Amino acid sequence: MKQLMIGNEAIARGAYEAGATVATAYPGTPSTEIVSSFAKYDNVYAQWAPNEKVALEVGVGASIGGARTLVAMKHVGVNVAADPLYTFAYTGVTGGLVLVSADDPGMHSSQNEQDNRGYGKFAKMPVLEPSDSQEALDYCRIAFHISEEFDTPVMLRITTRLAHSQTMVEIGDMEDYQLKPYKKNVPKYVMLPANARGRHVEVEKRMLALKEYAEACELNWIELADTSIGIISSGVPYQYVKEVMPEASVLKLGMVNPLPETMIREFAQKVDRLVVIEELEPVIEEQIRAWGIPVEGKELFSLLGEYSPELIESVLKGVRNEDLYGLVKEIPGRPPLLCPGCPHRGVFYTLRKMRLVVAGDIGCYTLGALSPLDGMDTTICMGASIGTAMGMEKARGPEFAEKMVAVIGDSTFVHSGITPLIDIVYNQGTSTVLILDNDTTAMTGHQEHPATGKNINSEPTKKLDLPTLVKAIGIENVRVVDPLKLDQLQSAVQEELERREPSVIIAKRACALIETQPTGIKYYVDPELCTGCKVCIRLGCTGINFLDEEKVAVMNLNSCVGCGLCPQVCKFDAIKVLEV
Amino acid sequence: MSKQVTDILIVGVGGQGTLLTSRILADVAVQMDYDVKVSEIHGMAQRGGSVVTQVRFGKKVYSPIIKKGDADILLAFEKLEAARWLDYLKPDGMVIINDERVDPLPVMSGKVKYPLDIVDKIRDKVPNTRLINASEIASQCGNSRAANVVLVGVLAAVAGLPAEEMESAIQRLVPAKAIETNLQAFKEGMSIIPN
Repeated sequence: MKQLMIGNEAIARGAYEAGATVATAYPGTPSTEIVSSFAKYDNVYAQWAPNEKVALEVGVGASIGGARTLVAMKHVGVNVAADPLYTFAYTGVTGGLVLVSADDPGMHSSQNEQDNRGYGKFAKMPVLEPSDSQEALDYCRIAFHISEEFDTPVMLRITTRLAHSQTMVEIGDMEDYQLKPYKKNVPKYVMLPANARGRHVEVEKRMLALKEYAEACELNWIELADTSIGIISSGVPYQYVKEVMPEASVLKLGMVNPLPETMIREFAQKVDRLVVIEELEPVIEEQIRAWGIPVEGKELFSLLGEYSPELIESVLKGVRNEDLYGLVKEIPGRPPLLCPGCPHRGVFYTLRKMRLVVAGDIGCYTLGALSPLDGMDTTICMGASIGTAMGMEKARGPEFAEKMVAVIGDSTFVHSGITPLIDIVYNQGTSTVLILDNDTTAMTGHQEHPATGKNINSEPTKKLDLPTLVKAIGIENVRVVDPLKLDQLQSAVQEELERREPSVIIAKRACALIETQPTGIKYYVDPELCTGCKVCIRLGCTGINFLDEEKVAVMNLNSCVGCGLCPQVCKFDAIKVLEV
Repeated sequence: MSKQVTDILIVGVGGQGTLLTSRILADVAVQMDYDVKVSEIHGMAQRGGSVVTQVRFGKKVYSPIIKKGDADILLAFEKLEAARWLDYLKPDGMVIINDERVDPLPVMSGKVKYPLDIVDKIRDKVPNTRLINASEIASQCGNSRAANVVLVGVLAAVAGLPAEEMESAIQRLVPAKAIETNLQAFKEGMSIIPN
C-alpha cells in the first residue's frame, strides 16, 4: 500500500531496504529526520556524532568494515566533513556508502545556500538527485549499488523542499545484504602518497565508467513531447516544470554527476530551444555549454533562492504573476523569536545592556541577534564564535577583549568549539566564552548530544562533563550560572571580563520546550506602577505586550510560562506575582 | 480549464497546531486513493514565526507547493496570517479564518498596531470569507485546544471530504484521551457551513 512520507523518512527507508545497518549524522535542518527515522528500524545501528566530520569518518570505518552505511548532514555540514570525503573518494568503499547532502535553497534555516552538487565534480563522486519521496527511497537503494559497483561513495543530494515534503511512497522488501568480509588492503585504504597515486588512477577510470553508466541507467530519461522547447531539470524543480509546462519535452536527470553527454546531445538536437532549470548554481548548464551545445539557463533563472511553479511559468510562458490581493504589504511582519521561558533571552538582554561585542554562533540563540534583543555582532558557522573572538582580540588588543564575549550553545560547543578554546589557552588569549547549555540540540528539534548523557535512542550513556572538559583544556576560571538570574549572570560576566585570563561561563538551564516542570507562577503588570518605559518589551517575549493607547505593558497569560525575567528587568516593581 | 488538483493552504503561527490539521487532511486524501503531496517547512521559521503547510490532492500531483494564485481554500489559524498568504488564493477561492489574534513582535513592542479591520479588508477582496470562532466552539466541546479540529470540520464540509473517513483519521491521529472532545469538535466544525 502507498503511504505518505517526507523525503527524509523515504531515504531512511531506502537505506533500510538496501540492507544498510549503520547510519551516522550530526543533526542539521533539513537533514535531521533521515537518521532519526533510520534509528527506529530494528537490527540497525544509528548514532548522533559530535560533528559531521566524525559522522563521515565513522561511516568510512563502517564501510571498510563491510557494512552498507548511511551518512546524512546538511549542506554546510559537508564542509566540515570535506576532509575525509575527498580522500574517501580515492579509497572507495567495501560496503556501499551513501552520503546525503541536504541543501537549503532559500535558506529556510541556514547561513548560506551553497550548492553541494559542486562537491560531486570536485571530489569526483557520483551525485543522484531525487525529485519526490518515492525517488528518494529508490535512488537511495540504487546509490548503494552504484557505490559498490563503482567502488565510490555516492552523494544523494536533496533540498529542503524534498526533505520536508510528504509524497506517496510504495515501500519495498529488504535486500538480503550480508556484511562483506574485512580484508586488510593497504594500497586501497592507507593513503600514503604512493598508494594515493594509484588510487587517483582508479578514480579517473571510475569516472569514465560512470559516464557510460549515466547514458543507459534508469535514473535519466527523456519525455519527448512538443519539441519547440526542451527542458533539462532535476530534483524538485522537475516537478514544477511538469506542473506548469506539461506540454514541453523534458530530459529528467536523476544523476547530476557525471552527466550523460550523448543523451543530452541527442535531446538538444531534437528540440528547437534548450533550457536548463536548476536551483542555485549552473552546474548542469555550464557542463552543457562546455560541450558547445547552445543552451539557456541562468540568463533566465536566478542564482538565488528557491524556485516555484509560478516563477517557471512567468519566465517561460510570460504569464504575469501579479499579486491578486496585495494585502501582505499592509500588515506587520512576523519574525521568528525565542520561545517564552527560553534561557537564552536573559543572556542577550544582559549582553546588550552591558554594551558588549558578541561573537555569536549557530543555534536557536542566533535569534538573539534580532531586534529587540540585538545581542550579536557576528555569526559565521558552527563553532566560529570562539575563534572569531580570539581573532578580534589579537587584532585589537586585550582591552578590546574586556568588552567582548563569545557565545556558543552546548551542542555547537561539542561540535566544533573545543579546538578554538584550546587555541585561546595555547595562544594566551583572554576571551570570556559563554556556553549556553540548554541540555539539547534545540533548533533542529531536540536531539541528544555527548553532553546530554543520552544517545540517539534516549538511552543513558557516559555524559560529557563540560566544566571538567573546559578545565582540562586549561581554562582556570570556569563557573556555572543560571541564565534566568540576571544579577548573577551580569556580575559573573563583569568579573570574568575584568580578568586578563580566558574564562568560561556556563549558563545552564534546560530548553523551555523540554523543561516539563512548570513554574506555576503567573505575573501581572500593575498599571499604576508601570511607567511605560518598555524595558520589559526589550526582552522580546510573547508573554508581555505593550498597549499603545494606555502606554502600559500587560502580561499575555496564554503565552507566559512564569520564567520570572520581566520582573527582574522592571525598575518600578510593576510586575508582580498574581495571586491565584 | 477545470482544476484537476485540490489545493489547500493552511497558515498560522508556529505552535498553533497547523500540522495536525494537515495530517488529518492528507490522511483522508490518501484513504480516498488520491495522489497527495504535503509541504511544510521546519526550523528557524517555526519559532513563533509565520508557518505554512500546503496540501495538494488529485488524480496526479506534480509540484509539492501550490502555485501562487491557485489555492482553492486558504485556512488561516490567525487573522493576520490570512492576509499574509492571501495572494496564494485563486480569484474565486474561499478563505476560512479562525477568529484568533496573535500579536507579532512589531505589535507586541508597540511599534505598529494590529490592523483590527483586517478581516473586513479580506472580505472586501474575497466575498467567500468565513470567520470562525474555533476556540470558543472547541471550549464548548470540552477543550479550547481542539480549535484546530473544529477548523478541520469546517474544511471537510467545504472541501467535500467524507465525514466518516475524517473521523477515523482523527481517531488515528489524536491522543486517546482527547478523541471524544476532538470528534465533537469535528462535528461542530462540519455543521457551521452548510454544504
